[in-house]
Formats: sequence, structure tokens, C-alpha cells
Amino acid sequence: MPNVTLTIDGKQVTVPAGTNVLEAARSAGIFIPTLCHDPAIPGFGACRLCVVEIPGMRNLPASCVTTVAEGMVVYTASEAVIEARRTIIDLLLANHPQDCLTCEKNGDCRLQDYAFMYGVRQTSFHGERKNYPLDDSNPYIIRDQNKCILCGKCVRTCQAVPGRSVIDFGYRGFNTRVVTAMDVPLGESECVYCARCVAVCPVGALTYKPMAGKGRTWEIEKKTVTCTFCENGCTFDLNIKNGKVIGITAKEPGPGRPLCLKGRLGLELLYVDEPLTPMLKKDGQFVPVSWAEALGLEGVLSRIKELEGKKQA
Amino acid sequence: MKSLMDKCCEKCFHSPSSPCQDYIKCRQQGPLCHDDENCRARFKEFLENIHLPADSFRRQVLICAGTGCTSSGSRKLVDALREELARHGLQDKVTVKITGCHGFCEQGPLMIVEPQKVFYTRVQLEDIPEIVASHLVGGQVVERLLYVDPATGEKSLTYETVPFYAKQKRLVLANCGHINPEEIADYVANDGYLALTRALFEMTPEQVIEEVKTSGLRGRGGAGFPTGMKWSFVRAAEGDKKYVVCNADEGDPGAFMDRSVLEGDPHAVLEGMLICGYAVGADEGYIYVRAEYPLAIHRLKIAIAQAEECGLLGDNILNSGFNFRIKIKAGAGAFVCGEETALLTSIEGNRGMPRPRPPFPAQKGLWGKPTNINNVETFANVPLIIRNGGAWYAAMGTEKSKGTKIFALTGKVNNTGLVEVPMGITMREIIFGVGGGIRDGKKFKAVQIGGPSGGCLPEEQLDLPIDYESLTSAGAIMGSGGLVVMDETTCMVDVARFFLNFTQAESCGKCTPCREGTKRMLEILTRICEGQGKEEDIETLERLARVVKNTALCGLGQTCPNPILSTLRYFRHEYEAHIKDKRCPAHVCQALLVYTINPEKCTGCGACARACPAGAISGEKKQPHVIDASRCIKCGNCMQKCKFGAVEKA
Amino acid sequence: MSCQCGCGQDDAAKKEALEKVFEQYRGTKGALIPLLQEAQEIYGYLPGEVMQRIATELKVPFSKVFGVATFYAQFHLKPRGRNIVRICQGTACHVRGAARVFQSVSEKLGVGKNETTADLRYTLETVACLGACGLAPVMMVNDDTHGRLTPERAAEVLEQYK
Ligand SMILES: Cc1cc2nc3c(=O)[nH]c(=O)nc-3n(C[C@H](O)[C@H](O)[C@H](O)COP(=O)(O)O)c2cc1C
Ligand code: SF4
Ligand code: SF4
Ligand code: SF4
Ligand code: SF4
Ligand code: SF4
Ligand code: SF4
Ligand code: FES
Ligand code: FES
Ligand code: FES
Repeated sequence: MPNVTLTIDGKQVTVPAGTNVLEAARSAGIFIPTLCHDPAIPGFGACRLCVVEIPGMRNLPASCVTTVAEGMVVYTASEAVIEARRTIIDLLLANHPQDCLTCEKNGDCRLQDYAFMYGVRQTSFHGERKNYPLDDSNPYIIRDQNKCILCGKCVRTCQAVPGRSVIDFGYRGFNTRVVTAMDVPLGESECVYCARCVAVCPVGALTYKPMAGKGRTWEIEKKTVTCTFCENGCTFDLNIKNGKVIGITAKEPGPGRPLCLKGRLGLELLYVDEPLTPMLKKDGQFVPVSWAEALGLEGVLSRIKELEGKKQA
Repeated sequence: MKSLMDKCCEKCFHSPSSPCQDYIKCRQQGPLCHDDENCRARFKEFLENIHLPADSFRRQVLICAGTGCTSSGSRKLVDALREELARHGLQDKVTVKITGCHGFCEQGPLMIVEPQKVFYTRVQLEDIPEIVASHLVGGQVVERLLYVDPATGEKSLTYETVPFYAKQKRLVLANCGHINPEEIADYVANDGYLALTRALFEMTPEQVIEEVKTSGLRGRGGAGFPTGMKWSFVRAAEGDKKYVVCNADEGDPGAFMDRSVLEGDPHAVLEGMLICGYAVGADEGYIYVRAEYPLAIHRLKIAIAQAEECGLLGDNILNSGFNFRIKIKAGAGAFVCGEETALLTSIEGNRGMPRPRPPFPAQKGLWGKPTNINNVETFANVPLIIRNGGAWYAAMGTEKSKGTKIFALTGKVNNTGLVEVPMGITMREIIFGVGGGIRDGKKFKAVQIGGPSGGCLPEEQLDLPIDYESLTSAGAIMGSGGLVVMDETTCMVDVARFFLNFTQAESCGKCTPCREGTKRMLEILTRICEGQGKEEDIETLERLARVVKNTALCGLGQTCPNPILSTLRYFRHEYEAHIKDKRCPAHVCQALLVYTINPEKCTGCGACARACPAGAISGEKKQPHVIDASRCIKCGNCMQKCKFGAVEKA
Repeated sequence: MSCQCGCGQDDAAKKEALEKVFEQYRGTKGALIPLLQEAQEIYGYLPGEVMQRIATELKVPFSKVFGVATFYAQFHLKPRGRNIVRICQGTACHVRGAARVFQSVSEKLGVGKNETTADLRYTLETVACLGACGLAPVMMVNDDTHGRLTPERAAEVLEQYK
């Protein structure tokens, strides 16, 4: 592909044609904040935090969905851009619980980072806020829709695996929220708890239940491991606190890496010092099951036992 | 010959399966393929049945059956008139015909008696016997049903002399109200499908596009994009399959020109789409009609069926080798689906959430294929342009805005309705000329143009020549052409709140600035109207408006601050009065009103005290009463009840 | 079980009608919204099982069907009245007193916006412009448009809808 040269904040940048402005800026080490952009599933352009100023273009275009052009001039931190970003953060905070102190995501939250970065201490609007009940209906994922900023990454990543599409956007306008079919809690839905969604959520709307209360993000050290339970080879993080592995979390899903509950549980068993009790849904209820059942190894295990019994005899 | 499919004799071979290229011209001037006196007579009679010659002894009564007149009872008139005519043995001499909307619904049900074009307004069931006996039998016009100009008190005998119509230039609307929209023959008798014939047989697709470019036609759906240019993009786009889509989602509250065209002249839209399909290389079209327009959908279905029956839609149209089909999609109630990317995704069966552009629909539209999307009125202009030439069209209007535009004039003016005028006319000419001035002798205050994405223009801007650019620079937009006239009793802060209320409810919720920003702007405006406004609110509003306008994903968010920005620009003092003095200068915002009783006028009848739900009024019998302001809940009951006009609000 | 809407049709007849609609739309692109419209025409609203059935028929995720149904104002997930009263709150109607018309109807029916009377006779809704602005203020009852309303006349008009 031919290359295109443009100027970003006075810096000449050359990138392949077809690149978006966001990537071009990042490749030149210029920071642009994003909330909804997912390089694996691009083109959504909803949060508008990544806006930049490009003379000659109407309004402030979102850099994640604007393609570079030869000779383009981009300002990523002009006065209008800063005002816009600040106001958007301000608007997000106006409809968000002031809950950082007790939030599991504290310290690893994009909204918090950007509020800090742009100096938005608190919102300047006082009006209606969303108020949905906490979804704590399953053993694996806690969903707090009040913290959801509707970036849609979870929806898109769940839909990327054929046959899942457990969640989608529901309702409209200010009432928009991410829903399951018939808006039931995650525990009653078709969700398979693969946690793809948790892995991409930029804020504390989706968090791991087994990790709840076990540590603050800055106390935790991460080490990447690859799952070997099937040939997809998904990657996960060991979460290590004080030298102990306290939990397994999914890394961002890559192409052909579906992530699944079984894999995560398997790694939990292998690595975590005090592994959780695996739970599976039976007749609509979550019940504790043996590790063998959770990992689908019952048949294999009994066969192994059988064979080894024979050998000994 | 009654219907368009009827043949003059066995020599005519036209049918959808063996199409004749001269079919349309033949029906207008025929017969063409053979000469036969009898056949010529048959064609003549066929046309005269539709257009009574001016000297005819026969009469034709046109009754408006648009949405407006239907709801005022016009359907019953049709049956009653037919019965009454039969009673007088006139059923063969007088034909009764339904038409679509004349755009003057307020005066409906409307009736026109042809060929003289006598124009009756507000016709009721009881009037039918008199109309028949006096006019249709006796030749005496029923004077009391004629239109009276509220400004001068003068009566108008014929349709053409009604000032409301006399000052317009009806081209797109020419057929509306004058032909039977459920009868394709009526359309063809008025030069219908002639433009299609010309395009198919005398022009290449490129020439069609060139002609549209020459005309200077710009999209009537809001943004005013040059239509010919859009068509050339779609033609140039790579794709094995292309679509033509007609945007009939008309969601701007207060605008109904698209509805009128669809109900009154549906074939004009079909013909426009056909010509577009030929020009851009598409073979399939969709019309996306909003669900609230059942009659328009009904008429379109009839029109499509008749066009198919005559071989004007389908395969090998008129033996040209061009194939085209049209399908209707009914909207499901979402204003944002008027936005083109939302509309397309809605046709595909998704939530109507817009997506970023580019790619534009011309590159990647319906089901990923190049798609040409235009508005109803845009398409309805096309047959005119192809028939009369682009240069003819370009002779009307201003340098950058050509042709005519239909406006929906509503609000506090004397004549409300659809107004088609040449571009470049001033707002004053529309409101005070065509519209006949402000109602009840009140003073003009502002005109809101362009619907919820438009702006409010004050008296100073009345002489602005209307075109796309001048409106935008004045802080409004052409939009779909809604014109809401407001008088001195309108509060501009309340107006801004009203529009924000609409856009906030219609935001799709996808992008942050619009989803969250409209909510906060609405909350601030509501607070101001309720007397809780704070000094810094104006500044906050301005910042929010600026950011939402600059950063929202689609046109809805990008334009929704316009009503706020334009009222702040021209009527800032009203905001300040609400915030600083806790006063609503137009006496509209309830919370800011103060009710008092004028002791000079009060007779002490006590009606107000009995009506007051708060027990705020006291006074001795036959003595002036007083209102206790601290108890008054400002419901206005007392004012309504007082027969002496003694209760006043300030 | 017989239905709640009082139309007298039983569930089996409705199911059959739904299957017919499915047949009619089989192979049509973008059939989801028309199917939801037809289903609502049959059932009066969109019961969960029906949406599930549509999802299976079209092979689209149930979550998507639900997302679409909750996006558009036309779709209703709860039973509604036999007569749908929609009072225009558009610009032209607003400046000519639509608010008072709404208030009067609301008082008469004893329900608020988007509510249904206990006897399932009326559902009260608002709409942003019916395209009959020349007759403002306007309301639509089922498919009939009524214009030039006054608060009193609006309440009267409703009587004819049983
Ligand atoms: C929120 C919104 C609503 C719109 N509604 C309509 C509409 O009801 N009818 C219409 O023709 N265009 C509407 N448009 C404009 C369309 O996006 C598009 O520009 C138009 O259909 C193109 O046709 P034209 O070039 O013939 O105007 C709307 C745009 C926005 C942003
Ligand atoms: S999600 Fe982020 S911003 Fe919100 S409470 Fe948690 S840490 Fe704070
Ligand atoms: S856990 Fe997996 S299946 Fe469940 S909602 Fe998230 S992404 Fe979808
Ligand atoms: S839950 Fe998280 S990922 Fe999903 S939309 Fe909300 S913020 Fe985005
Ligand atoms: S501007 Fe409003 S309507 Fe448009 S995409 Fe954003 S939220 Fe949706
Ligand atoms: S109704 Fe009017 S006249 Fe009668 S007591 Fe009240 S203010 Fe006075
Ligand atoms: S406005 Fe209402 S509350 Fe106030 S005095 Fe009049 S009747 Fe009583
Ligand atoms: S990151 Fe670009 S719009 Fe969200
Ligand atoms: S419906 Fe008759 S004039 Fe509009
Ligand atoms: S505003 Fe009520 S019908 Fe248009």
C-alpha cells in the first residue's frame, strides 16, 4: 500500500494509506484518549473522546474513524479539542457514580485516568443519573450498569464469536443500556462467562467476581500465560499479589481466540493458590461442581483410572 | 378506455410482457403505431374524462381526501355527493373524484368544481344538497362556502384567485389536489412518465446526470447536497448491485410536505426514483416511510401496483432493457432514522443507530452496496427537470439554490399550510404575503425554520432571501422546510426547551455528547423556565451547545443545539429576564407568572375563588377579590373562569 | 389459554397467523422489523416468546431482537388498550394548545402518558407530529386522525371508540 504523509501537532508522520488518524498519531508517539475504539473491531466512533481538529473539516472529527490523507494537518490538543474532551468527560461523570474509592477498577480505569489527565475533578452538572440494580446474579461476573459508559466494546466482542451475541444495546437515548435478551440478569441469560467482555471494558462496569475484594490494582502484578486446553491458545493473566496467585483474568481477545470459561477455570486450578469452587448452571441454578466436571474431564478421568487400575492389577 | 391499461383496439400490443416503447406518449397523443379515427376519438375521450375541457357542459367535483381533510370528514362527502347526484339524475354528467392534499388543510374539507375551478372550503355534509341543487343543477355558486381572506374580507371564487395560492409557484405540488392519486391514468394525462420515456430513449445515463447537474437541484431532505453530484458518485461506484432509496421518514414536527406529495402525487416520486435508477445503474428501490403515515403507505402501494400492471416497474420497462422494482419499508417510530445511515441500517433490520461517514452510502450503503438516497421532494423534482430541461429549472432561484422549495407554514399566521415558492423569496413575503400575516392582529416575534435542527430568526432577518447558505449563516437551516411563526405571546426560552425536549427524546443514545449533552441542556433550560436558573447557566449552555455541535456523531446531535444558539443570539435578553429577574416577558412560563385581580374590573362575583384549587382567593361578595400570592399555585383557573377579564397575569 | 386483548382469538389462531407471516417473509432481506410489526398486529404487543420465535425463525440472536424492539417507539412489550390514543405534541400543535388537549384526555381517562386504562379500552400516548399540522391540535385514535381539537372535543371524540 502506498504511504501517506501528514502533519500531526507539527510533526511529520508517514503511515500506510488507509490508516486512521488515531493510529497515525500513536505511531508518532502522540497520545489521544479513547474509550470505545477497539482495534480488533474498529469503526464504531461513539464515545467521541478521541476528537481532533483538522482544518478544512467540519466540526471536530473522531480520530479513530477518520482516515489519513496526504498533506492532512491535525491538531490533537487545540483549545477546542481540550474543551470538547473535558466536556465529554464532565458529561460522563454527570451520569456516573462517584465511587472510585470502593471500585474494583480503581487505578486501572480509563475514565478515571482521563478525568485526572484533563483535570475534571467533579462534574459540573447535577441532574438525573441512571440507577439500575447491581447484577450479581452469577458466580463469575459482576455487572454494574451505573458505571457503564456505553462504549459498546463488550457488545461487539461478544458478537464477534459466532453463536454468542448474548448482549446487545437495548432501549434508546438517555435510557440506552447494554442488555441481555429480555433484559434478564447475566446469570439467567445464555452467557457462557467467557469474560471477553470483562477483558475489554474500559471502566468498572464489568468486573470479576472471584477477584472482588482480593486486592487493589496497584498491588497486583500480572504475568501472561497461554491456555493449553484447546488449540486456540488464548492468553490469560495470572494476578499475583505478595507472591501469591490470587486469580486468573482473560487478556484482550485476539482473532480466533474465543476465550472460554473452561480454559479460565483450568488455569485457575493450575495456578491459583487457593482456587475458587467451580460452579456450573444446572436447571437454571448455579451449583458447585467437582473440578473434573467443571473441566469436562469426568469421562477422561474415569478412563484413566480404569486403565491405571488394570496396569496395577 | 377507462384505465391506462385499456387498449384503443386490438392493434395495441403493449403489456408488461410485450412492452411498447411509445406506450406513454401514445396514451397522451395516440394512437402512434397506427392511424384510426375511432382510436383517436377513444384516446381523446380518455383524456377529456380526466381533464374536462373548459367549455364542457359536464362537471367534475374534486374532493380532497388527504389526511387533513379526511379527518375533517371529507370521506363522507364523497358518498353523500354521489347519492345526491343520483337523486337528481346527474350521475353521468358530474363525476366525483378524490384528490390528495392541497396543502390548505386548515380550510378543509376542500372541494373544487371543474372546469371552472370553483373553490369551496370547510364543506360539511349538510352543504351537499345545496351544492348540488344550487350549483350543479342551477349553475349558482354557493357563495357562503367560498374562501374569505381573513385580512381583507374578500371572497375568492376560484382556486387560482385565493391569495394563499395566487402568490405561490406550484410546480412540485402542481398535481397535488388536482389529480386522483389512486389512478395512474390521471398522472399520465398530466405528462406523467414522459420524463422517464425521454430519459430511457433519448438520453444516456450520463446525460441524465448532466441534466440534473445543470438544474442545480439540491437535496430537499435537509443538508442540500447537490443531487446530480450525488448521482454521479453512485454511478461511478464499483458494485454489481446498486440501490435507490427514497427517504420518506419526514420526522420534523411541523413539516408535512413529503406526506402531501406521497398522498397527492405518488407517481411523481416513483418516476423520480426510476429515472435515478436508470442514471446510477440500480435495479431496486426502497421507500422508507414513517409509520405515522398510513395513508401515504396505502397510496404508494396502489401506485406501485398500478405501475407494475402497466409495465412501468418490473423487467424490461417499455422495452428499454431497464429493470427496476420498488419496495416499501414502514418505519417503526424513530426520528433519527431520517438520518441516512440510520435509515439504511434500519431497512436492514437493525437498531437505527447512525454510523460514521465516510464511507458514504454512495460507496457503501444498503447491504454494503452503493446506494443513492434522496428525499421525497428531491425525487419529485426530477421528472420536472427532465421534462423541461435543467436550464429551465436553473432559471429559478438564487445563484446557489435553484428551483422552488415547499415550506410547511404553521403557527400564529393567518393561512397555514404548504407553500411552494421559488428559492430566494424573503421570509417576509412568505409570512405576510402567502401567509396573510399574523393571527389575531398580534405582533410578529420570530420564525423557527428548519425544525428541531433549525433556528429562530427575529424580525430583523425577515428580509433575508431564502437559500441554503443565507439561512445557515443566520443561524438557522433550510432543513426540511418547516416554518413555525411565533407572535409576541411566545416565550423563546420555552421554544428552545420544546425543541430540546424533542431531540433529547429522539437521540439514539450512541454517542456521548448527544446522549448525555442533550439531557443536560434540557435540564438547564427547564430549570430556567421554572425560575431556578443560575447566572452561569447561559455560559454552560453555550459551552455544551458548542461541544455537542462540534463532536456529535450524526446530524441530529450536530444540529440540535441550533434552537438554543439562535435564541441566545437573538433573544438573549429573554434568558436574562428569566434568570436574573425571575420574569417571563411573554408570560408563558408558568412558574414565573404572577396572577393578580384588577379591582377596577372585578365585580366580586366569586367565580375565581370557587375555581381556585389552592384557596388562594378571598374577598367579600360584590367586593373586589384578592389573590394571596404565597398560596397561588399558578394554575390559571381563575383567569379562565373570570367573565370580566379582571384576573391578570404578569 | 385465551388472550387478554379481548379480540376473541385464541393463542392457536394467533400462532397460526404468525406462521403464515413467517412464510410470507421467508427469504426476504431485512425482515426483522416487518416481522415485529406483523407480530404486534396479531398479538397487540410483543410477548417474549414471540420475539424468541422470531429470533429462531430469522436465525438472529434473541438479544438483537430485543434490542431492536426496545429501540423503536412503535413496539410495545406489554399489553395495550384496544384503542390507541396518540396526541400530537409537535411544533404546530404545541403552539396551538396541545398540552391542554393532553391534560384533558389524560384526566378523562385517568391515565398518564404511555399508560393503559384498567379496562384495557384506551392506551394514551404522545407523538411528535402526525403530519396534519394544518389542523393543529391533532390527535390520532387508531388509524383515524382528528383535528382542530379543543380540550372538550378531544374528550368527546374518544366516546366513539369502544
Ligand atoms: C436527524 C436527522 C433526520 C433527518 N430526517 C430526514 C427526513 O425525515 N427526510 C429526509 O429526506 N432527510 C432527512 N435527513 C437527511 C438525510 O440524512 C439525508 O441527508 C437526505 O435524505 C438526503 O437526501 P437529499 O439529498 O435528497 O436531501 C435527516 C438527517 C438527520 C441528521
Ligand atoms: S469505573 Fe472508574 S471512574 Fe467509575 S467509579 Fe470505578 S474507578 Fe471510578
Ligand atoms: S461473558 Fe462472554 S458470553 Fe457472557 S456476555 Fe461476556 S462476552 Fe458474552
Ligand atoms: S459494560 Fe463496559 S464495555 Fe460494555 S458498554 Fe459498558 S463500559 Fe463499555
Ligand atoms: S448524535 Fe445523537 S442521534 Fe446521532 S449518533 Fe449520536 S447519539 Fe445518536
Ligand atoms: S371572577 Fe373575576 S370578577 Fe369574579 S370575583 Fe374573581 S376576579 Fe372578580
Ligand atoms: S392561578 Fe390558580 S392557584 Fe393561583 S389564584 Fe388563580 S386559581 Fe388560584
Ligand atoms: S475512541 Fe474514537 S469515538 Fe470513541
Ligand atoms: S388534506 Fe385536504 S388540503 Fe391537506
Ligand atoms: S405538529 Fe401536530 S400534526 Fe404536525
